[in-house]
Amino acid sequence: MVSGDSAAVHTSDRKGSKGIAALLRSQMRNIAPFLTLILLSAFFAIASPSFATIDNVGNILTQVSVTGIIAVGLTFVILCAEIDLSIASIANVTGIAVAYFTLQESYVNIANIPLPGWAAILLALSLCAVLGLVNAFGLTVIGIPSFIMTLAMMQIAAGISALLVRGQIAYKVPDLIATLGSASIGGIPWIVIVAALMLLAGHLVLTYTRFGRYVYMVGGNREAAEYSGLNVKLILGSVMVISAVCSGIGGMLGVAHFGSAQQNEFDTYLLDSIAAVVVGGTSLFGGRGGIGNTIVGLFVLGVLNNGLDHVNIDSFLKILIRGLILLAALVINVYAQRLRAKAVD
Amino acid sequence: MPQGPSPLLELTQITKAFGGVEALRGIDFALSPGEIHGLVGENGAGKSTLMKIIAGVHSEFSGRFMLDGRETRFRSTRDARAAGIAMVHQELSVAPDLSVAENVFLGVQPTNRLGFVQWRLMAREAGEQLARFGIDVDPTARLGDLPIGLQQLIEIARVLFSGARIVILDEPTSALSPPEVERLFATLRRLRDAGTAIIFISHFIEDILNVSDTVTVFRNGRKVMDAAAGATTKAALIEAMIGKGREALEETYTHDVALPARSETPVVLEASGLSLARSLREVSFQARAGEVLGVYGFMGCGQLELARILFGKLKPDRGLLQVAGRTKAFGSTADARRAGIAFVPESRRAMLFHQEPVYKNVSISILDRISSLWLRPSHERDIAMRQVEQLQIRPTAVELDLGMLSGGNQQKVALAKWLTFPPRVLVLCEPTRGMDVGAKNDVIHIIRHLREQGLAIIVLSTEPETVLSLADRIIVLKRGAVVREFANEEISKDRLLEAA
Repeated sequence: MVSGDSAAVHTSDRKGSKGIAALLRSQMRNIAPFLTLILLSAFFAIASPSFATIDNVGNILTQVSVTGIIAVGLTFVILCAEIDLSIASIANVTGIAVAYFTLQESYVNIANIPLPGWAAILLALSLCAVLGLVNAFGLTVIGIPSFIMTLAMMQIAAGISALLVRGQIAYKVPDLIATLGSASIGGIPWIVIVAALMLLAGHLVLTYTRFGRYVYMVGGNREAAEYSGLNVKLILGSVMVISAVCSGIGGMLGVAHFGSAQQNEFDTYLLDSIAAVVVGGTSLFGGRGGIGNTIVGLFVLGVLNNGLDHVNIDSFLKILIRGLILLAALVINVYAQRLRAKAVD
Repeated sequence: MPQGPSPLLELTQITKAFGGVEALRGIDFALSPGEIHGLVGENGAGKSTLMKIIAGVHSEFSGRFMLDGRETRFRSTRDARAAGIAMVHQELSVAPDLSVAENVFLGVQPTNRLGFVQWRLMAREAGEQLARFGIDVDPTARLGDLPIGLQQLIEIARVLFSGARIVILDEPTSALSPPEVERLFATLRRLRDAGTAIIFISHFIEDILNVSDTVTVFRNGRKVMDAAAGATTKAALIEAMIGKGREALEETYTHDVALPARSETPVVLEASGLSLARSLREVSFQARAGEVLGVYGFMGCGQLELARILFGKLKPDRGLLQVAGRTKAFGSTADARRAGIAFVPESRRAMLFHQEPVYKNVSISILDRISSLWLRPSHERDIAMRQVEQLQIRPTAVELDLGMLSGGNQQKVALAKWLTFPPRVLVLCEPTRGMDVGAKNDVIHIIRHLREQGLAIIVLSTEPETVLSLADRIIVLKRGAVVREFANEEISKDRLLEAA
């Protein structure tokens, strides 16, 4: 035991003398996004008087709600070191499906199948769950990398959307969806409440359930998870389905929120959701991060998008700025991973 | 010993340390043109380290490195290659999706003036080169479609014909069939006669004696023997490898270890006729309750594959696995775990979560038994604390990230994962590799204690000491087949080595 003990003592010595530095380094992943959020908020608050108002905070919350709902599922996927590129397409097709099964006004030229509201919602949810199952099947049973599998699913879901609406726009959705998507209660939009509840649920599952632990362990070291006797394929399959269902819910509420269901309506949500998860500090290599990080990421994105509208900037330049901020976050993400690895080894 | 006028390569007093541990201590080594130099030694004796210095992989070392009578120091493998030194590693490093010809000419494809690859010329020349080697194969075939032995021969051929003056072959014969080995040796002799210097590393001592001119034996980072191959014997080489009176506290197993009589306890796991591609052939054995079954063999003998079949990671092509009398076809490692099989792979990295606290590492395989939907972290910590105390894991903080523990303590955690609810069968790969004596003894005691509790334990190792110190019964694997079983008899390390 001689050399074993001395090695351990050595490590703890090092930890004692550089304790705070090491702690900061290992927490870099969580600190950096939070600092970014504070700096951005401070900047916009100074740059524009209309930014730091109660009303505008409400605006930001509403603006990030749909992204937030989609990002819940995506967080699970990225924690497993996989990716889901079909989230926006699945959101779109689910939103369209729920409208497709709802009675539309006579001027809407879609050969749709009107059903009772609950049936429409159930069918739409089943649709996104099935698409998620197909992703899961491709990833785990056939062995297609998630990047490629979900790229194909992105096209497939877009294809189904196209066939359902055929270039038309539908407006009506079931009452429940319309309420959750566009109504408010006590001044708070329902969509914000739904997003908050889903984020909370995601957090509880990831932190306090056995499944959540498995997600982190599979993401942290997939080989070790397998040699520990976990059913890795089942866990990976489950996160793909969770991601698709969250996207579907986001899509249905989004359609109600925007007031219409049409092709390509959610295209920007793919990048926004990935950005929210990653900017928040969840590791693209899996096993690190969580819903807390995603929430910070959502606010960074929300503040950025909203704030740029409050200051006088060329609207074409905004796209570039968003890209640069995303790049900076990715750089931090990769560096944080390295620092952390150093702190442990 | 062929004494050329001046050696091609002459190393003097080479010493190399990794983080305070000396891997090589004052090695002298000389190599002449037209010489096949055999190198033997146990795992960790320093052979590979020396070869990596010669091939430019390690550039930091002390001592004098003379090539062609001039002092040289390679900064990279690229420098070594430029100086005419080439190495064939034990693991295949071919591109399976490219053709045979592309592999032969990897990185040096013939091109015309415009920079386009001359495919037909390349195929023709590759075919001719391989034919000289006695390999008759379509140069346009996809390499990955060929048998592993043939792939390895092609890789060796590529290096041999690359024009290198010094060729290092690390365990080149482990995946080859006897006729393939003969073909390789014929080529090596021809190249030697043409003036190439060859360093040949192998665990197969017959092969070394068969093909080498000179043999060097390494032990514990020192050179302990240098002899002409014709003037020595297998027994003498094995003795030099093992050492007579070894310094440290370590048991040496030069004398006999008595294996107990065959146990009559129930058979817990039975394998019959397990076969897997080229790795395993008709492997059958029984593991009994309260018994440690040792599986010994050289690197590449099929142990790793066998262990993975037992834990449901690999599916055998043929053969039957029975656990407690029931036939099992594991679809996943989770199935194997539920059938009562526990597994510790040879690499700790492959089974532990270095960035997670110790208690999560201990509880991961039993979460479904100690919690339902919701986790019970305090219960998990209690369980982990109990294991930490029982196995004397240091430090005793279960909240600490696993990566902070020393190697020996990590290995104990890897065992602790399976001990809260004792499994029926415990499969251990290299359970004491790379540990200091103290940690090694601790692990050996833990395993013996588990045997007393009635577990069936299977220990797979390429280190004879590990098997001898733990096993009640030993089977020897050679090129994927069981060649010998030792039970109820006296056995020593050299007899074990001889059997493999």
